[in-house]
Amino acid sequence: MKTGRWLIAAGVADLFFLYLPIAILIVFSFNASKLSARWQGFSLQWYAKLFTNQALLAATLNSLAIAVLSTVLAGLLGVLTAVALERRPFRGQAAFEACLLLPIVIPEIMMGVAMLLFFVMIKLPLSLVTMTIAHTVFNFPVVALIVRARLRKLDPRLEEAARDLGATPWIAFKRVTLPLLMPGIVGALLMAFTLSLDDFIISFFTAGVGSTTLPIKVYGMLKSAVTPEVNALSAILVLVSMALVAAATWVQRK
Amino acid sequence: MFAVLAACSPGGSEQGKAKPVTLHLFTWSDYTEETVVRQFEERFGIKVVTDTFGSNEELLAKLQGGAAGYDVIVPSDYMVSILIKQKLLAELDQAKIPNLAHVYKHLKGLYYDPKNTYSVPYLWGTTGIGYNADLVSPPPDSWQVLWDKRYKGKISLLNDEREVFGMALRAAGESLNAAEPAKLASAKARLMAQKALVKTYTSENYDQLLVSGEVALAHGWSGTIMRAAAERPSIKYVVPKEGGTIWQDNLCVLKTSTHRDEAMMFINFLLEPQVAALITTKVKYASASEEARLLVPKEIAQNPSIYPPETVLSRLEWIKDVGEAIKAYDRAWTELKVK
Amino acid sequence: MTPPPKPTSSFPWLILPPAGVLIVLFGVPLLLVLAVSFASRGTYGGVEWALTFANYTSIADPLYLRIFWRSLWLAVATTAICLVMGFPLAYVIARAPKRWQGLLLFLVIIPFWTNFLVRTYAWMFILRTEGLLNQALLSAGLIHEPLNILFTDWAVLIGLVYGYLPFMVLPLYAALERLDRSLVEAAWDLYARPVQVFTKVVLPLSRPGVIAGCVLVFIPSLGAYVTPDLLGGARTMMVGNLIQHQYLVVRDWPFGSALSFVLMAGVLAAVLYYLRAGGARSLT
Repeated sequence: MKTGRWLIAAGVADLFFLYLPIAILIVFSFNASKLSARWQGFSLQWYAKLFTNQALLAATLNSLAIAVLSTVLAGLLGVLTAVALERRPFRGQAAFEACLLLPIVIPEIMMGVAMLLFFVMIKLPLSLVTMTIAHTVFNFPVVALIVRARLRKLDPRLEEAARDLGATPWIAFKRVTLPLLMPGIVGALLMAFTLSLDDFIISFFTAGVGSTTLPIKVYGMLKSAVTPEVNALSAILVLVSMALVAAATWVQRK
Repeated sequence: MFAVLAACSPGGSEQGKAKPVTLHLFTWSDYTEETVVRQFEERFGIKVVTDTFGSNEELLAKLQGGAAGYDVIVPSDYMVSILIKQKLLAELDQAKIPNLAHVYKHLKGLYYDPKNTYSVPYLWGTTGIGYNADLVSPPPDSWQVLWDKRYKGKISLLNDEREVFGMALRAAGESLNAAEPAKLASAKARLMAQKALVKTYTSENYDQLLVSGEVALAHGWSGTIMRAAAERPSIKYVVPKEGGTIWQDNLCVLKTSTHRDEAMMFINFLLEPQVAALITTKVKYASASEEARLLVPKEIAQNPSIYPPETVLSRLEWIKDVGEAIKAYDRAWTELKVK
Repeated sequence: MTPPPKPTSSFPWLILPPAGVLIVLFGVPLLLVLAVSFASRGTYGGVEWALTFANYTSIADPLYLRIFWRSLWLAVATTAICLVMGFPLAYVIARAPKRWQGLLLFLVIIPFWTNFLVRTYAWMFILRTEGLLNQALLSAGLIHEPLNILFTDWAVLIGLVYGYLPFMVLPLYAALERLDRSLVEAAWDLYARPVQVFTKVVLPLSRPGVIAGCVLVFIPSLGAYVTPDLLGGARTMMVGNLIQHQYLVVRDWPFGSALSFVLMAGVLAAVLYYLRAGGARSLT
């Protein structure tokens, strides 16, 4: 079956919707004005300033480090959870499933406060480590939810067949189920990474000295002004990510 | 509340050359010029690491939860009084901060810290009305302009219950800090009537809204309006005749700091006239240092919106912590929003 | 399609690591704020330990119920629009040649690696009176007067849909990618009408993805507070703002926590009911 023409049109319209503000943001990163209110002429000054702004760059690195690390951890825990819930039912599973939703349902600020009180109580100094823990905790149920939705539509008999042919449970999982789960896992990890990268309030409460992330830094600018350096940084992040993904796709094709 | 890590060593000196000290500054972002921080690091061999917060309330929530590790923080006036009551601030040794002598007399010994035991004034400003002179005539001189039906849909107010109620209270000749139910109720009634004229309540980007012409009148902070004026010269700032808010950000040392001496060195350094002048030039808020005003560019030193004249100063009022009454304020604010 | 596996009697080793993380790193912190919700506010805003239910009893207030109702309505609308908009995109990606799928997925999510605030500011630029949208509509002759969109509920809806659309697309894609092409082709022969193909075959087969997507969009849009403030002009209050205010402005952590727990219980009950109902059907 071919994908309907109207479907493709709707998909393209969605992408246009997603990229419209990004285009605006990139245009304003070249605006001479300090406020993104009016076009005041072309300028590269925000890019020049960005590269001398140590604090902003350091915050970006912190954000990326936490996002990558918490995504990996959330990915491992999330996939494990999904597999356990779907393939190894256990007593009390319904209660556990309900609890698993709590980190998604909890209001962000209460989660931030709860984490802060917890880390202070166990005397774990606030740092990139505590932030990574917090991000992992709110991300792994999200991964589990998405991966499980995928797993539910997979026929468990595929894996059982592999077992019958003599594969160990781990080999059967790795060779049969995992590849089939991949689209779900990729989607879930992308989502976890994004949630972590853009989180402000939970990060703020769990951040220690010297672990300011990009969203924390930008919220701190509200009193002075969110400068177009942030636009420039965002533009670079978008363009670099796109170039990397395009390159990866191209390499795979060969 | 939760166990404050009370143990504090005098720190600094005895560690000597063994290991360079790192000072942790917790402040608004872009609130201390980076070159200034680097000068300090070079001159004293002390490293400064900066972390940022977005509002006084966030700062308090974090400290109240027990977060430790910061040395110097930059809270506003009313927040200093709360932090003192919560016993979170360390006493300062004024002998180690000789530049305190340069601070304006009227900015020292304020209600929240009568002897500057815990806080050193840093930057200050006012709340008033920013307006676009092309669209608003005659130039406003009263808060009443924010109730003028001609500007329906062209008005923005701060998204801050104390500032908005303070404005309504002052407009009626009351104190910003009135907590009597009757006064709050009448302020609320007037704000409700005004709501139809208000385009948006925002504390964040009204400078952009003014510049783009989306609003013609913005209730806002002096420095933010000044940034808009730099983009569009028809934008002016006025503190209405009924009086507005004065606020001041302060340098404080936390009780949990293990580098109090270095922290005070840093505070003293930020108040050195040349340094303070550099900071004011950058952030466009008036420095608490009287000497600094002599060193900043004329367009800042002579700007009545940044350094208000005596006549304006006399009609400004501090926003104070109203204690339990904050609940009444919040209730009224929520009702205003839900209407 | 397949019978659900029966509970095994062996010890559930697999669930141990996630369960451990959930109990220790989330359960314990949650108990701390649960304790706070039964305390009372100190004079200067700290927490005073005293067992009281006052924080819970004062929630039943028409004022708060109206805020909750409004938030609920906006969250439902956001979820519905995300589903309608997200489905075609997820379907197109799932139907694209394998090697393009990764690229397309990244294309959906990359806009969200920019900073939230500057993204929102860009929307303000698009939606304001003299903004891009009005200029485009005016010059196309579709309208004669600029539309008033910014600082209305429409702007909030646009902002929320924009912010959470990928949360719908990613789980939908994960479910649709698995869709058996031969089933869809058979459906075309059977029903011929696209709407029927969709409702009778595609939608039921992708139900777990739809459910996951709806949960992941509904919950955060219910608690959203920055988008309603910036794009909606803070003219109204959302339940997210209400809770934020209790923790920060009023400095009443006990009441903020009580409010959060009631909200959590309500949302959890609704989501569980929805998952059970949807989940049961998806297995048939």
